[in-house]
Amino acid sequence: MALDVARIRQDFPVLGRDVRPGVPLVYLDSTATSQKPSSVIVAMDQFYRRSNANIHRGVHTLAEEATAMYEAARTKIARFINAPSPRQVIYTRNTTESINLVAHTWARANLKSGDLVILTEMEHHSNLVPWYILAEERGIRLEFISVTEAGLLDLESYRTLLAQGPKLVSFAQMSNVLGTINPAEEIIRRAHEAGAVTLVDAAQSVPHFRVDVQALDADFLAFSAHKMCGPTGIGALYGRLDLLEGMPPFLGGGDMIREVHLRSFKPNVLPYKFEAGTPAIAEAVGFGAAVEYLAEVGMDDIAQHEHEVTEYALERLEEIPGVTVYGPGARQRGGVTSFTLDGIHPHDVAQILDRDGVAIRAGHHCAQPLHEKLGLPATSRASFYLYNTKDEVDKLVEGIYRAKETFA
Amino acid sequence: MDDLYREIIIEHYKNPAHKGRLDPHDLAFADSNPLCGDHIEITLRTDGNEVVTEAAFDGHGCAISQASADLLIDSIIGKPVEEIKKLDKDYVLELLGIALGPVRLKCALLSLKVLKAGVYGLEEASDELVE
Repeated sequence: MALDVARIRQDFPVLGRDVRPGVPLVYLDSTATSQKPSSVIVAMDQFYRRSNANIHRGVHTLAEEATAMYEAARTKIARFINAPSPRQVIYTRNTTESINLVAHTWARANLKSGDLVILTEMEHHSNLVPWYILAEERGIRLEFISVTEAGLLDLESYRTLLAQGPKLVSFAQMSNVLGTINPAEEIIRRAHEAGAVTLVDAAQSVPHFRVDVQALDADFLAFSAHKMCGPTGIGALYGRLDLLEGMPPFLGGGDMIREVHLRSFKPNVLPYKFEAGTPAIAEAVGFGAAVEYLAEVGMDDIAQHEHEVTEYALERLEEIPGVTVYGPGARQRGGVTSFTLDGIHPHDVAQILDRDGVAIRAGHHCAQPLHEKLGLPATSRASFYLYNTKDEVDKLVEGIYRAKETFA
Repeated sequence: MDDLYREIIIEHYKNPAHKGRLDPHDLAFADSNPLCGDHIEITLRTDGNEVVTEAAFDGHGCAISQASADLLIDSIIGKPVEEIKKLDKDYVLELLGIALGPVRLKCALLSLKVLKAGVYGLEEASDELVE
């Protein structure tokens, strides 16, 4: 069923604002962070107004309410990605922290000097730097699945790397620059055949299409609330039960322990083993409201809508003289379009578009190695979500023509 | 018309008067803005390290960074080196004649940062030079 986008837009208060008097907001930067529906804002507001208390140990009414809300959100998130159990959903600050958690615990316990970790050339810095740090510290070896001219992963190069017996394959399910949707199921299946553990950076996938961790057979999967209609400051790590149980704790402190003695401690059970200190409780409640909202709208309809808007955007962008769009065709792409405009720096494009209220991103989008590969210091990026329309694509295109006039 | 893209800025961006590299030179320094990949190299010739006699910039980046580099270079030819050490943020903003938000300010000030790191003979350019 087609999305009722006009109605959906009503759910997002910020979309009703003018950037300047008489200039309405055209928000095309959801890949950086999405806007938030009223239901999420209200859920967090209500939590603070009615139920705010610290969780897990209090016995008073508010503490019990807060604990129940925090855990109910975990259950909703687990259901949203079809995790077998909420125990397998660890709250973190964001995707970056989720990946760092795996690098600090599972990887430090299981990888030694010379062990191979396979990444890809299209990774976000969050799925590169934790491994660079580990490579320096441990002497693990890093290799990269190359990206083809068409902006796809070169699965032939993956086959060659798999033959070297990797211990871990860690990759983005969808590129935040090229928009490429990678064949995650196949990548994971082949990693498992080679005896490797898999980590999926799902920061751009879970918000935009149905992701089922069991169907994928992912060992770890990381994502952030703020890119999927939820608040900043909270994300999640899904993990296979036996892996999570075998891992040492991450941060030490309250909540992550079962017992503490003067000179020793016993870690808590899952998922608390990995959640030291007072967590982002209101944010967890907001995260729960966000997945509830997305599930109600329907992830398949959201994906279909984004596909239609993206297909239209590619068509319109490619007809502008001097515009180059990077990445694959609409069939293999999510709602991300990165482009350059001859003779005009992406920063200037973004700044001129801002005059018309059109918010896009300019820079290397935390994927500098990919930009080096493309031979570009920066690109402009317009990205789409459930609330974006083809009319907004038209405004983007008008703005690009205006940038060309300014520099003519 | 938008203040940020005044004709003077577009003009200096598209047809810079001082773009290139002096060889030989008495002084060269380069730096990048990692956020947007803007890159500026400045080369100077001086009169016994007292007065700037010739200057040029090279590099790539947004209109703000390139135009401000061209304007800055134009303004320092004939200036005593000691005076260049005292130039600050407001000096560049006056040359540009526009107000800038914090992100674009970095673009505008890259050339001054490079210039001052060069005349001070520093190993590395730092933002403190243009605060």
